[in-house]
Amino acid sequence: MQFMLLFSRQGKLRLQKWYVAHPDKAKKKITRELITTILARKPKMSSFLEWRDLKIVYKRYASLYFCCAIDQEDNELLTLEVIHRYVELLDKYFGSVCELDIIFNFEKAYFMLDELVVGGEVCETSKKNVLKAIAAQDLLQEEEIVELALRDLGLI
Amino acid sequence: MSSIKQVINEAVEKDYTAEQREILNPYSKKGLLPEQVRQPNPIRLRDLIRQIRSAKTAAEERSVVNKECAAIRLTFREEDSVWRCRNVAKLLYIHMLGYPAHFGQMECLKLIASPRFTDKRIGYLGAMLLLDERQDVHLLITNSLKNDLKSPTQFVQGLALCTLAAIASPEMARDLADEVERLLKSSNAYIRKKAAICAVRIMSKVPELLEMFLPATRNLLSEKNHGVLITGITLITSMCVQSPDTLDHFKKTVGNLVRILKNLVMAGYSPEHDVQGVSDPFLQVKVLKLLRILGRGDGQASETMNDILAQVATNTEATKNVGNAILYETVLSIMDIQSETGLRVLAVNILGRFLLNVDKNIKYVALHTLLKVVHQDNQAVQRHRTTILECLKDADITIRRRAMELCFALINPSNVRTMMKELISFLETAETEFKAVCSSKCVTAAEQFSPNTRWHIDTLLKVIIAAGNSVPDDVVACTIQLIAESGEAEQQYAVAELWQRLSAAPLDTQPLLQVATWVCGEFANFLSLVGGGVSEGEVVAVYQRILWSSQCSAVTKQYAITSSMKLASRMPGTNSLVAQMVSAYGSHLNVELQQRGVEYTQLFTRYDSMRGPLLERMPPFERSRLRVSQDAAAANAAAAAAAAPLANGLHNNNNNDAVAAVQAPSQSDSNALLDLLGGLDDSANDVPVQVKSAPLPPAGTGSLNSDILDLLGGLGGGGGGDSGGTLISRTVNNGGILDTGLGSASNNLLDDLLNNSSSNLNNSTLANNTINSTNSLPVSTLPSSDEYGSLTIYERNNLRLVMTFQRQDSLTTITLTATNSSTSCNITDFLFQAAVPKSLQLQLLTPSSTSLAPAASLTQFIRVNNPNKAVLRMKLRLSWFADGVKIEDQNEVNNFPPALWQY
Repeated sequence: MQFMLLFSRQGKLRLQKWYVAHPDKAKKKITRELITTILARKPKMSSFLEWRDLKIVYKRYASLYFCCAIDQEDNELLTLEVIHRYVELLDKYFGSVCELDIIFNFEKAYFMLDELVVGGEVCETSKKNVLKAIAAQDLLQEEEIVELALRDLGLI
Repeated sequence: MSSIKQVINEAVEKDYTAEQREILNPYSKKGLLPEQVRQPNPIRLRDLIRQIRSAKTAAEERSVVNKECAAIRLTFREEDSVWRCRNVAKLLYIHMLGYPAHFGQMECLKLIASPRFTDKRIGYLGAMLLLDERQDVHLLITNSLKNDLKSPTQFVQGLALCTLAAIASPEMARDLADEVERLLKSSNAYIRKKAAICAVRIMSKVPELLEMFLPATRNLLSEKNHGVLITGITLITSMCVQSPDTLDHFKKTVGNLVRILKNLVMAGYSPEHDVQGVSDPFLQVKVLKLLRILGRGDGQASETMNDILAQVATNTEATKNVGNAILYETVLSIMDIQSETGLRVLAVNILGRFLLNVDKNIKYVALHTLLKVVHQDNQAVQRHRTTILECLKDADITIRRRAMELCFALINPSNVRTMMKELISFLETAETEFKAVCSSKCVTAAEQFSPNTRWHIDTLLKVIIAAGNSVPDDVVACTIQLIAESGEAEQQYAVAELWQRLSAAPLDTQPLLQVATWVCGEFANFLSLVGGGVSEGEVVAVYQRILWSSQCSAVTKQYAITSSMKLASRMPGTNSLVAQMVSAYGSHLNVELQQRGVEYTQLFTRYDSMRGPLLERMPPFERSRLRVSQDAAAANAAAAAAAAPLANGLHNNNNNDAVAAVQAPSQSDSNALLDLLGGLDDSANDVPVQVKSAPLPPAGTGSLNSDILDLLGGLGGGGGGDSGGTLISRTVNNGGILDTGLGSASNNLLDDLLNNSSSNLNNSTLANNTINSTNSLPVSTLPSSDEYGSLTIYERNNLRLVMTFQRQDSLTTITLTATNSSTSCNITDFLFQAAVPKSLQLQLLTPSSTSLAPAASLTQFIRVNNPNKAVLRMKLRLSWFADGVKIEDQNEVNNFPPALWQY
């Protein structure tokens, strides 16, 4: 996978993850181009487009579009499954996830993606393991806060 | 659980601790900021997002963001570490909205260096978003990464690995490869899987590091943990792709992979990895992909996987997307390895089933894959032809496009009739973006597989009608060529068909009108045989309609006006009307049309006797010649130079190098002809008359004429006819190189009309010259070279450059003669470059040679267009090798004859 974009039906970017380096300007141009192309497509059309030398796979979930750019030899149908898996994970984590959850907790959405996909490759196929890793890291943060609070209060 | 999370979030947001710490850790620490200037606490991320979202206009949003960015910058400058995490998080949000956030890069690095996990988590996230491999700050991040890769906390290691896998640069890859290799052997699966992906990235950045990871892969395939297994297979796959040696090394793992796949397919339900009844599709697909790479071109490996591939192909549930994803990958593998025939048929049948699926995605994938395999297994794909044709009518444009491509790949002599019928009906309703490609492909396919000429003509006409104005020029040219080449019966048929179109068609489909006018003009003698016979009045009325219509393009009118001339010569009754139409064009705004108008009027008046022979029927095109004309637009100089003798007759006006290169020799030859004929005129004034009265064909034009032809021997394959054509088109096209407004293909055709009509008749060459010498044609003639004298512009290093000039209005043609004045030294790779002031345009044509033996010389033509009559100056740069020693020199020429621009 070369990059992943999440954007709303209004064309607002909600998340972007790049696994291949591009200058900022190019990223913006790609994002803009893809958002307009995809939003212009009719719901009856397939989820795939050929764009430059990449294959674009996108899927809409409620008001959000999930869009991945993959290489020529990658499997489009499986990429749809990766997207679906990511949505399932977000759903489990936030509890019936909606666009607002991702807006206000965008960093959490990134953390989740980083547990599922690393460097553009799927690195964990078990939902349970991903959620476990996220929960453990959240707990780590929580403990830090408690510890700091106690330290500040002079209790430790 | 979620309530706990909320509590945590609240805690972070309130930053209770930070507020506490602020007291302990005041800004005044540095003593720079007095108490009263101190900033209030930065707003929370959540509040910022709310503020931005409540902005009603883009300007309002911008102002909120700018204000916040200013505040964030300020805290960054104060080296405040308390709010850094919150500020970077806000900055990341702002960055996502498209605002610049590069000033946060350093802060990310500081967060990464912090001991707190919360800081690191945001810091690494920021690093992945704000940095990539091209930034210099990487030197700084490498150290932090190195530390964190050694961290006792697995999640800190995990963050570092994840970041490295996303943004590693070659330098980072080198510096951290050792650490990653160590972690790849870690006992912790969470670390191992991420390290494997890191290794992939490192290898892709620094290929020579591949070997370092090779030993660690040994145990990866015997893993139980699916995360490690899938990333391990990813690592092995990328190794195999990267190095053929490694590919051989991993051939022995085929057995392992087959076992893994078998376990997945055969194993019962495992809740952890199940996706809608399929066991770990992600892993299955990865294994299939690696099998494909290992089995490609290896009979033994392919043999080992045949069974399991068949098993996967038959046992996978095809009702859901996930099952189809696996089947799709399986099909790709089957078609790519050396699999059994039965298995291949099974694979194509799976794709056939995909085509019937209601899911557009599956259909798309099927067409896409069939397109890949159609060349390997045409027969198997043919079986699904009807389904594929059905896809031409799909509502989804991407599916239609794929289906169209596939249909063209499926055409063969036995099905060409039915396929073409479907494709033409597709073409009729297709989007404009398809029409050009589709019509071109139809033409190619028809040419390749047509059962007979009648069908071929029919098909091309249908294509032109169906595609309307989207027909590319080459299709028009092909159709005309086909009709010109075919027999009388077909020509008669084409005339009847096209006359019908021409008399009834609306005037907005240019390609059809172009073909129709060409054919009806060229074969006007058949018009009387159409239906009950077409009256001369009817024909002229149709031509008038075209010539006076504002809907017709200039190119169409060019076709029509030349065609009307032919018409007049075939149907004498139309003469006066055509003459009228043509003369009206003498004042047309379009230069090309005006030119024709004036010329053709001359043919009606002063040179009426030449008209008939000039407008003789064209001989059939040479096939290769048309190819050249098609390629001309995109041709490179080399190709055109090779085709030079053929292209000579084309003489198109394109400004591109290829054609320019071709033009050079013909020009010199025609000059020679001019000079020569000038001499003839003096000595034998009756020559033109004599030749004019000579009968056709050129064989009978007398010995004098053939002497002239002998002199033209240097012209290549063209012969006398071509040179005559060259001359004519030279006088006709005195718009010269600047006349590029028209499509090249159509221009070629017009020139061809002239060239070929004159090629029947050598006397036209001579007649033309008579016209020139008496200055009776309104086309200006070239003054002879000595009018401006010659100019030696360079004489050094055994090289002498002399220029002679010819001017035609604003266009000066300079003939550069370079002479090697030494007696022993060989000059090679001679390169002449020149520059002129900006108001002038310069075109350097290809020199006659680039090497000079002692005392030899070469010529190069230079065209200078000087519409503003500016003073001509030229800067020169020369380079060449004299006996292998490179010599470079420069010079400036300021002494051009003023007559070149003062006229």
